[in-house]
Amino acid sequence: MDVIEKGVGRIFTDPDANNAREYFRHKSRALVSKLTTVKEAVSELIKDGDYISIGGFGANRIATSALHEILRQKKKNLGLAGHTATHDFQVLSAGKVFNRLDIAYIIGLEARGLSPNARAYMQSGEVEVSEWTNYTLSVRYKAAAAGVSFHPIRNMMGTDTFKFSGAVTVNCPFTGQKYALVPALYSDVALIHVHEADIYGNCRMRGIIMSDLDIVRSSKKVIVTCERLIPNDEIRREPTQTLIPYYCVDAVCEVPYGSYPGNMYQEYFSDEEHLREWLKVEKDPEAFQKFLDKNIYSCQDHFEYVERNGGIRKMQMLRQKEWLFRGARQ
Amino acid sequence: MADYNVMEMMICSAARELEDGACVGVGTGAPCAAAMLAQKTKSPNLTIIFEAGGVAPLVPEMPISVGDSRTTWKACMASTMPDVMETGCRGMLDYTFLGGAEIDMYGNLNSTRIGSDHQKPKVRFPGSGGANDFASFAWRMMVLTPQDSKRFVEKCTYITTPGWIKGGNSRAECGLAPGAGPYKIITNMAVMDFEPESKRMRIIALNHGYALKDVQENCGFELLKAEKIVENPPPTEQELAILREEVDPYRYVIGR
Repeated sequence: MDVIEKGVGRIFTDPDANNAREYFRHKSRALVSKLTTVKEAVSELIKDGDYISIGGFGANRIATSALHEILRQKKKNLGLAGHTATHDFQVLSAGKVFNRLDIAYIIGLEARGLSPNARAYMQSGEVEVSEWTNYTLSVRYKAAAAGVSFHPIRNMMGTDTFKFSGAVTVNCPFTGQKYALVPALYSDVALIHVHEADIYGNCRMRGIIMSDLDIVRSSKKVIVTCERLIPNDEIRREPTQTLIPYYCVDAVCEVPYGSYPGNMYQEYFSDEEHLREWLKVEKDPEAFQKFLDKNIYSCQDHFEYVERNGGIRKMQMLRQKEWLFRGARQ
Repeated sequence: MADYNVMEMMICSAARELEDGACVGVGTGAPCAAAMLAQKTKSPNLTIIFEAGGVAPLVPEMPISVGDSRTTWKACMASTMPDVMETGCRGMLDYTFLGGAEIDMYGNLNSTRIGSDHQKPKVRFPGSGGANDFASFAWRMMVLTPQDSKRFVEKCTYITTPGWIKGGNSRAECGLAPGAGPYKIITNMAVMDFEPESKRMRIIALNHGYALKDVQENCGFELLKAEKIVENPPPTEQELAILREEVDPYRYVIGR
């Protein structure tokens, strides 16, 4: 297969499947407890300069507690997959913790509007970027999860999205049809929030799964935060519900309301009031710094953040909103 | 004639394009409202799909994210993004609605940047998201957008999402699936399609109160004109009642 065209975007991670196999060869398969705190997990598993991937969808089932901890620990020069990134991207931009970025969707918070601070960061020239799409980043994880170095796609061709990506085009050896090929994306660390996990890292999720199955299988290290721990007996009673196996996971942290202020399927809706406040306060740099101090830097952990924003009363209201129990409580 | 606003007119126009039995990939806002309206009027068997994995939900209220719980409310499946996109790539996605900061005469869209330095853009937008994917895979891509000459440009600063590329057969020559591409552009003033040979944007219908001149004056390139240009019928009492009472009672979209 001869390469016909090639995008100019830099490929920030090594797509070589042999190198990945060598890494995974030495990754532990032991069924041992991985219970830890978010603070420990972020401190031990994420190094400055690492490339990180985030599960969920922007402000839905995201590992907020780990994102805040990255800011508190002042991690720097990270690489990042801006895959369906909304509030997660807003948080990481607030700490300027990354300097290279694969872009599918950034800056925006969908129907809520654009983040002024994230936008300013992306217009500053401080971040090196390559362009992709939501699906093509999914496919890059899919290739990595399959243990190969590339995957064909049937989009991006003919656009500037291709031109500024690291993709190439080739003709199919079987049919002659032109396709683009995208390189596998093996992340250093994945951060993911799930509904339930046992102490070994077997995980259950409900609702949409996005690209999380491929992200956790292709990342070298995986930090799981969960709404609640469940016994391993329960996992073994109904193994069809396990979506992530223990041997992919390096750290398990129990963080109730861990996706807050994001949505968690069948648990709580997103806190739209708080997300509006984020967008508004970003327009005033001084007020934004105070806001970050209050909500992230001076918080000991996720509980403190939740308590400062309405605590259990707010969580009850968001649970009622999730289930559309209108009028149950204002 | 019923009293209605511009957004209501555009949503009703869009809803009428979605025939019963079809499958549409939608985002938040007006496209979602259009799909919900179609489902509650003439197309009860319209399959609504959200890019993050929501398949055939009975959307209870306007989602704020294409991945929030509203997109899987009473759904047939809560799936994955690759599954949804691959369903499109296999050829089972009929329609999608997209938008952008710029659109050219071939329906190419820019939602990435303004300015020439890619690493330090003058204005940065979110990027493709799922737009390039949906536009490449759906048989018919539609755009719901206000008509103005800053948006309808001779040449996009940057092509995020493919339209008919350079017209003619250029889209399929790039490797994109033949037979798929931009279908209708629905604005506050008019409805446009694409002339079958050149694939250039062409006016086919005018909304009540607008003339050809208004549309051309609010477009940065020369629009082709269909031989017969019809008046786009205004929303009916029934459409408006369902849109206001069932689809968007809190006026998140129609109140804009």
